[in-house]
Amino acid sequence: MKSLSATLTIPIMAADRGQAAAVETLTASQGDLKITTRQLHFFYGEQQALFDNNLEIARNRVTAIIGPSGCGKSTHIRVYNRIYELYGDQRASGEVLLDGNNILSPGYDLMELRRKVGMIFQKPTPFPMSIFDNVAYGLKMHYRLSRGELADRVEEALSRAAIWDEVKDHLRQPGTAISGGQQQRLCIARALAVAPEILLMDEPTSAIDPIATARIEELINTLKATYTIVIVTHNMQQAARVSDYTAFFYQGHIVEFGPTQRIFTAPTNKQTEDYITGRFG
Amino acid sequence: MPTDSLTISDRPVQQASARGDRTFRRLTVASALLIPLLMGGIFLALLHQSLPALKRFGFGFLTSQQWNPVTENFGALSSIYGTLVSTLIAMVLAVPLSLALALFLVELAPPRLSRVVGTIIELLAAIPSIIYGMWGMFIFAPFMANYIQPALGKTLGWLPLFQGPPMGIGMLTAGIILAFMVLPFICAITRDIFSLVPNVVKEAAFGMGATTWEVTYKVTIPYGLVGIIGAVFLGLGRALGETMAVTFVIGNSHRISTSLFGAGNTIASTLANEFSEATKAMYVSSLIELGLILFIISYAVQMFSQMLLKRMYRSWSVGL
Amino acid sequence: MKPRPAAGRRLANLVVSSLATGSALLGMLILAWIVWVVVSRGLGAFNLAFFTQLPTPPGMEGGGLANAIVGTLVMTLLATLVAVPLGLMAGVYLAEFAQGSRLADNTRFSANVLIGMPSIIIGIFAYALVVVPLGRFSGYAGIVALAIIMLPIAARTTEDMLRLVPNTLREAALALGAPRWRITLSIVFRAAKAGLITGILLAVARVSGETAPLLFTALNSPYMMTSLGQPTPNLTVTIFNYAMSPYPDWQQKAWGASLLITGGVLALTLFTRHTLRERKT
Repeated sequence: MKSLSATLTIPIMAADRGQAAAVETLTASQGDLKITTRQLHFFYGEQQALFDNNLEIARNRVTAIIGPSGCGKSTHIRVYNRIYELYGDQRASGEVLLDGNNILSPGYDLMELRRKVGMIFQKPTPFPMSIFDNVAYGLKMHYRLSRGELADRVEEALSRAAIWDEVKDHLRQPGTAISGGQQQRLCIARALAVAPEILLMDEPTSAIDPIATARIEELINTLKATYTIVIVTHNMQQAARVSDYTAFFYQGHIVEFGPTQRIFTAPTNKQTEDYITGRFG
Repeated sequence: MPTDSLTISDRPVQQASARGDRTFRRLTVASALLIPLLMGGIFLALLHQSLPALKRFGFGFLTSQQWNPVTENFGALSSIYGTLVSTLIAMVLAVPLSLALALFLVELAPPRLSRVVGTIIELLAAIPSIIYGMWGMFIFAPFMANYIQPALGKTLGWLPLFQGPPMGIGMLTAGIILAFMVLPFICAITRDIFSLVPNVVKEAAFGMGATTWEVTYKVTIPYGLVGIIGAVFLGLGRALGETMAVTFVIGNSHRISTSLFGAGNTIASTLANEFSEATKAMYVSSLIELGLILFIISYAVQMFSQMLLKRMYRSWSVGL
Repeated sequence: MKPRPAAGRRLANLVVSSLATGSALLGMLILAWIVWVVVSRGLGAFNLAFFTQLPTPPGMEGGGLANAIVGTLVMTLLATLVAVPLGLMAGVYLAEFAQGSRLADNTRFSANVLIGMPSIIIGIFAYALVVVPLGRFSGYAGIVALAIIMLPIAARTTEDMLRLVPNTLREAALALGAPRWRITLSIVFRAAKAGLITGILLAVARVSGETAPLLFTALNSPYMMTSLGQPTPNLTVTIFNYAMSPYPDWQQKAWGASLLITGGVLALTLFTRHTLRERKT
């Protein structure tokens, strides 16, 4: 567990180093990169929200995205599963390569993309159906399974989300009948059920109590062995606890990116340093 | 990479989903299109069927009191007059009562009482028009004839409006029953408007020592005025087209009477009474032209009401 | 500054409050009066024959309104079956796909205007559309008229209820890779179920009491309905005919029919507004 006080006591002499080269590229070989974003611009109607984003997400690691409200964090990750296309006036330009293939190209199979890239939202969103049916929803849509297989998969997903023991006797109860923290783990199970490769988490614990939050953070730690995780959070301690890499966003730009430990102890960019030490945001 | 039992063997289900989405969307568009098409269709059908009468009578149709199926001489004046007057009576009575009722429900009554009375008002709105007609003809009209009209005749009989024999059936009775029918509608919308006025605004006024009535008429009503007018026009639209209740109690005369005690007719009541009897083409066409006039009046009133309500909701940024 | 006399203000307040309370009492009085009259006069007409026998020739006592009861039920049911699916789909368009299009604005406006249109005009339209080409009055024309009345109500209620479903629910399903039609049918409809049912039942209640649209479409008939291509017996036009007739027996039957309709409509209204509303909160 890293504490932020270390950052505050070490004198930061980054002030004069300027804006250049604040984004550290991952030096490992191509095989370790799951998502590569190049020159991503995003627009809400006429208004531009993301400016020339370039980012690399490492396979089987947790990448945290931090920044003040309105800086474009959620907007950025919502490009990874193209969920912004629900809204007619939002559009993206640039390249987002998932395992080398550009997901923004019109030919890319959208259903498959969304199966591969799971999303957990800030507010737990159980569907209006039973716990079992919630988890089975994506399974029934993407796979052809027998009833026995379906039940097995549901159990497996709920186990991976560390909630099986709590709900195994209540599978027919509505998804809304459990607590907020449990609902969020249900949503995680639902996303895991379709065997994604990437998990996008948009402030997954900001609407939940601290104890449930801790359980979900533990879960993230376990999950990263199997999945690539990108987590948006406004809680810097959480980012420091949970992530391997951190990207700092400000007003639609990626200001700095690198290993979490370095970002929090020796940021190269003054803005990053100001944000982390709480001078703004 | 560790094996993931969830990733291997099963083949993904064939997705006809993109095609499914396009079909689905087209289905919904087609269903939606039906509605404006119906609107246009109704107008065109009415126009088409009234062409013979339009050509024969021209603008004189609107100014003639004649209504003679035998000589085939028709004029809409008494029907238009009756529609407007009965509606006017209804609005004069219903609007203040609705506002007062809304005031009662929102400001004066404790929550449980407000809910009960609110339910009663909703039930009043649900009662079918023909039931109001039955009650009107068999019960209320005699009541008017025996009590209200004589009283009015004695006190206000110097006005030509209240002269003549108290027959019960007539313009006044029709107007009063219309008022009862329209009251729940205006009240329901006004009540919503009153309760949407932000509490802080009302509290500010109460805090300065204003009475409930003063808060209502200086703060609440001006705040929601546009919407209230919209609600009034909505009620107006309903009163204009009310058929069965009016048919039972208005007396069905095509002569314009100076007294409210006298019989008359409205466009709707004439249609209800005479349409199935009309055999000759010009008769039918004239009746349909009456319908066209009613359509146009109703459309104009509705449009105005919608404009007002939309403007109010937009300025409050509330989507209702 | 001279203060305004408080007594005058209090008096004004008292007067208005009394008026307000008075109008509430008036409303209750009228409802009670109408219900009392309908019940007391209508009950007298209820006997086994009323529900099971056909009408006797004019002037003869006895007989019943079995044919009218059946006719009303059948026409209402069929009109519902036609109007509701179309209305649901139109409502889906307005709520899910529209996003400010001209067609959506037009549809919404037309729907609102149609809802306020006098039902006798719709009756004339159905007359021109169905009765004139077929050359005779028919149950089909009546059903068409009733369906036209129900359609915009169903569409607007559906739109309002679907708009209440939060977007995060749609996004969660989209993120799992669900196509729009699946999201609408399996998630959004389910979430809005109670409201949709309420809206439909209220539309049914409204239409079952309508007389004007049937006056020159389905007309009326003293016989049990054999085919919808013929004039079809129904309760509301029967009330109109019988009430205007000089026969006391017929007039009493009109009251009986009134009681039947009023009872049904009020029961349905109470049921939907209160049972279903309670369950939502």
